[in-house]
Amino acid sequence: MTFLQLDQLGKTFGDFRAVESLSLHVERGEFVSLLGPSGCGKTTTLQMVAGFVEPTRGRILLNGTDITATRPEKRGMGVVFQSYALFPHMTVADNIGFGLEMRGMPRAERLRRIEETIELVRLPGLGKRYPKELSGGQRQRVAVARALAVRPEVLLLDEPMSNLDAKLREDMHVELRGIQRHLGITTILVTHDQVEAMTMSDRIAVMHGGRIVQLATPYEAYERPDSAFASTFLGKTNVLRGTVEARNARCCEVRVGDALLHVPHEARDFAREVNVYVRPEKVRLAPADAGSGVAGTVRTRLFLGNHWLIEVDSALGPVRVSHPNIGPVPPAEGDAVAVQWHDDDLRILDTEAIHG
Amino acid sequence: MASASTAAVLPRSGSAPWLLSAPALLLFLGLLVIPLALTAVLSFHSFDGTRGVLPDLTGRNYLEVFSDPYYHEIFLRTAGLALAVTLLSVLFGVPETIILSRMKAPWRGIFLIVILGPLLVSVVVRTLGWAILMGNNGLINAALQALGLTDEPVRLLFTMTGVVIALTHVLMPFMVISVWASLQKLDPQVENAGQSFGASPFTVFRRVILPQILPGILSGGIIVFALAASAFATPAILGGRRLKVVATAAYDEFLSTLNWPLGASIAVLLLIANVIVIAGFNRYLERRYRQVFES
Amino acid sequence: MRKNGLLSLVYHAFFIAFILAPLVVVVLVSFTGKGYISLPTDGFSLRWFRAIGNATEFVAAFWLSLWLGLASATVAVVLAVPAALALVRYRFPGRGVLTAFFMSPLMIPHVVLGVAFLRFFSTVGVTGSFFWLALTHVVVVMPYALRLVLASATGLDRDAEKAALSLGASRLTAFRRIVLPLILPGVVGGWMLAFIQSFDELTMTVFVATPGTTTLPVAMYNQIAHTIDPLVASVSTVLIGGTLVLMVLLDRIVGLDRVLIGKG
Repeated sequence: MTFLQLDQLGKTFGDFRAVESLSLHVERGEFVSLLGPSGCGKTTTLQMVAGFVEPTRGRILLNGTDITATRPEKRGMGVVFQSYALFPHMTVADNIGFGLEMRGMPRAERLRRIEETIELVRLPGLGKRYPKELSGGQRQRVAVARALAVRPEVLLLDEPMSNLDAKLREDMHVELRGIQRHLGITTILVTHDQVEAMTMSDRIAVMHGGRIVQLATPYEAYERPDSAFASTFLGKTNVLRGTVEARNARCCEVRVGDALLHVPHEARDFAREVNVYVRPEKVRLAPADAGSGVAGTVRTRLFLGNHWLIEVDSALGPVRVSHPNIGPVPPAEGDAVAVQWHDDDLRILDTEAIHG
Repeated sequence: MASASTAAVLPRSGSAPWLLSAPALLLFLGLLVIPLALTAVLSFHSFDGTRGVLPDLTGRNYLEVFSDPYYHEIFLRTAGLALAVTLLSVLFGVPETIILSRMKAPWRGIFLIVILGPLLVSVVVRTLGWAILMGNNGLINAALQALGLTDEPVRLLFTMTGVVIALTHVLMPFMVISVWASLQKLDPQVENAGQSFGASPFTVFRRVILPQILPGILSGGIIVFALAASAFATPAILGGRRLKVVATAAYDEFLSTLNWPLGASIAVLLLIANVIVIAGFNRYLERRYRQVFES
Repeated sequence: MRKNGLLSLVYHAFFIAFILAPLVVVVLVSFTGKGYISLPTDGFSLRWFRAIGNATEFVAAFWLSLWLGLASATVAVVLAVPAALALVRYRFPGRGVLTAFFMSPLMIPHVVLGVAFLRFFSTVGVTGSFFWLALTHVVVVMPYALRLVLASATGLDRDAEKAALSLGASRLTAFRRIVLPLILPGVVGGWMLAFIQSFDELTMTVFVATPGTTTLPVAMYNQIAHTIDPLVASVSTVLIGGTLVLMVLLDRIVGLDRVLIGKG
């Protein structure tokens, strides 16, 4: 049942088209991420949903009601800002309770709800402190608590974790997801961090140039990107340029250099000049004298803890391999190797510009 | 993304800023623009000893101001006064500000307040202090005679010297403010870098520090010059009847001679001179020192 | 940063002495027991402070200056707050010009302002009106109030206001509960600075003052033009004391360096 519907939303600032004909249906309780680089229009979209920016075109419907013209204070959304935007002159408890105050909740009930929410975000005992006395991570939790205290219809998160350090961010991903599941609040997250998007979302909307270029679950978006942009923005990938020589019902034969690759085409259309994509973790290293695979030499080998990052100079060009840290140490720099993969792990797309 | 959120202000912003500024704007239009306009018009009227102000249009007042040697003397004296005060405030204010910047807290803060605090005390009080100090029996003379530096009292009251000294005292804080602001922008590491390359402290000052605070010095100099040229209370009290400056001359025309049109023309000339000096020099400074002025 | 050597500190001492000399002298003279300007070498006396009570012109002038300052500072702040918000939050054509316009009284010599206001008063026929005198003071002190309110408003987190809206606050409530408390230091500091500037103002007021609207600085100036006696000194000492108190308050609320230098 569609709970939040964005219908052909568009926003133009002067000459600049920030958002272009964006449509999105979000189910009740679903967690959707708007993922993309700076300037792709994701924050503008969020601001339109929150009501801080008036759309140039399109509508926003919440549970069937058109809220496009509704003022932000009447929309009942909870917003977490990138800078947290806490009220510096109020205590943590007053910050969290502000929305409840605005709704006229009686004091006793308000205090109870504030306590509950403080426990929910795990900030026990900090109710009387002021924002400037808190660490960055604690301030972020207060911002989340403040938005959640009113039990909003929709939770809007604008890159809320970009100011946290890496370890804290990872912890918050899991925690925030847990809270969202527990409360069942429909949520939209805006981020440029694809790990964040994949960790937390039910579905990801990959955005580029003001449009959604792919809307899918994290697995689908990662495994089956629709566009060159999506495939290079989500995760890392090897790009091999080639020419289509033959095509049958299931796959194509693509000549890349001297080799002939068999790539499943998944009923897509493309021109003769194509890019073949294969993710580094799907490439295996084999001894140089193995029968199958493409021959090459190890150019660089870096150890990254849970995997090795190996770059191989091969007949197809440079190939990046992500080799898990299991078993013996992989071949060293300068050694001869062969790179292998399952044909099913290859993807094929047109040679369009990768950074549009 | 930054551009999206800063440009996306609350909707319907077209008239809001004007509505918000309207009360202040109306007051300024009514009680600043109109009075100044009336004054400009007044400066073109003529004045008759018996009939008073005549509402005609003539350039006679300006002609008189420009041709009468009496007014030449006044303008020259005022310009000389302003120049002297400016030079003294640069000469004595700049070293003091540098010394201040090298102090540690809390002394730095304390002395800054001591130097700038007098700005919050009325100029009448400060000038009164100088009047007391400068009298023939005043403290300065008493001290000079006690030290054996002079036999007779040195005349300071009702001399230009006295006015220059007192006016320098009154306006010195403005120079300190300007140079201080400039010094704050200096990166102290740059000074260390200069020394690490073998420059003597004097060279470091001349080649590294001075060029960077020059905009502050010039800017402060403009402010002091403009304020000194239009000063009223200090020249009036310490200069006496015979040492007129532009401001006291205007006062005379308005409140003694009652030749309002002439007084108005003096005021208009003073205003134009002020605007030219301040605005002109500021524009010159900005253009010349653009690379030193951070945004 | 190089430290200050002995020479620097000696120079500094002389400089400070120069800065404080006139004020110290005024205070000392006000405690003299004699009937003329002199230092209290025979012991401190309060006779000239008691004499203030009988100096009706000074007392009346004091009250006038007080009410004038209260009124003009208040009106200046009431006008400055919305103007500051307009200038800080919106990007609109003419914003630079408007800011310069509101700051322009700082660039206009007070002599010229005095002349202009005098001409205006006589043309409109309101010479001697306290109300109009107060309005002219508002024009003169508003840049000071505006500067401090602007500094506070510029530092305001715009997102905090949006957060309040998203939580259900109306525009008015958001202003009252979020914006106003956060710009309050600038508002109060601006008020105090405006009050001080109005109270101290001489040059402009000297042109428009009438026997019924004589401010304290004008009364003191008129007195000094006649003859200097310790009475003026004792009045001055009271003023210096009051200024010190206000300076302490101003420092607590906004920070004196912010007030005096601007971008402190």
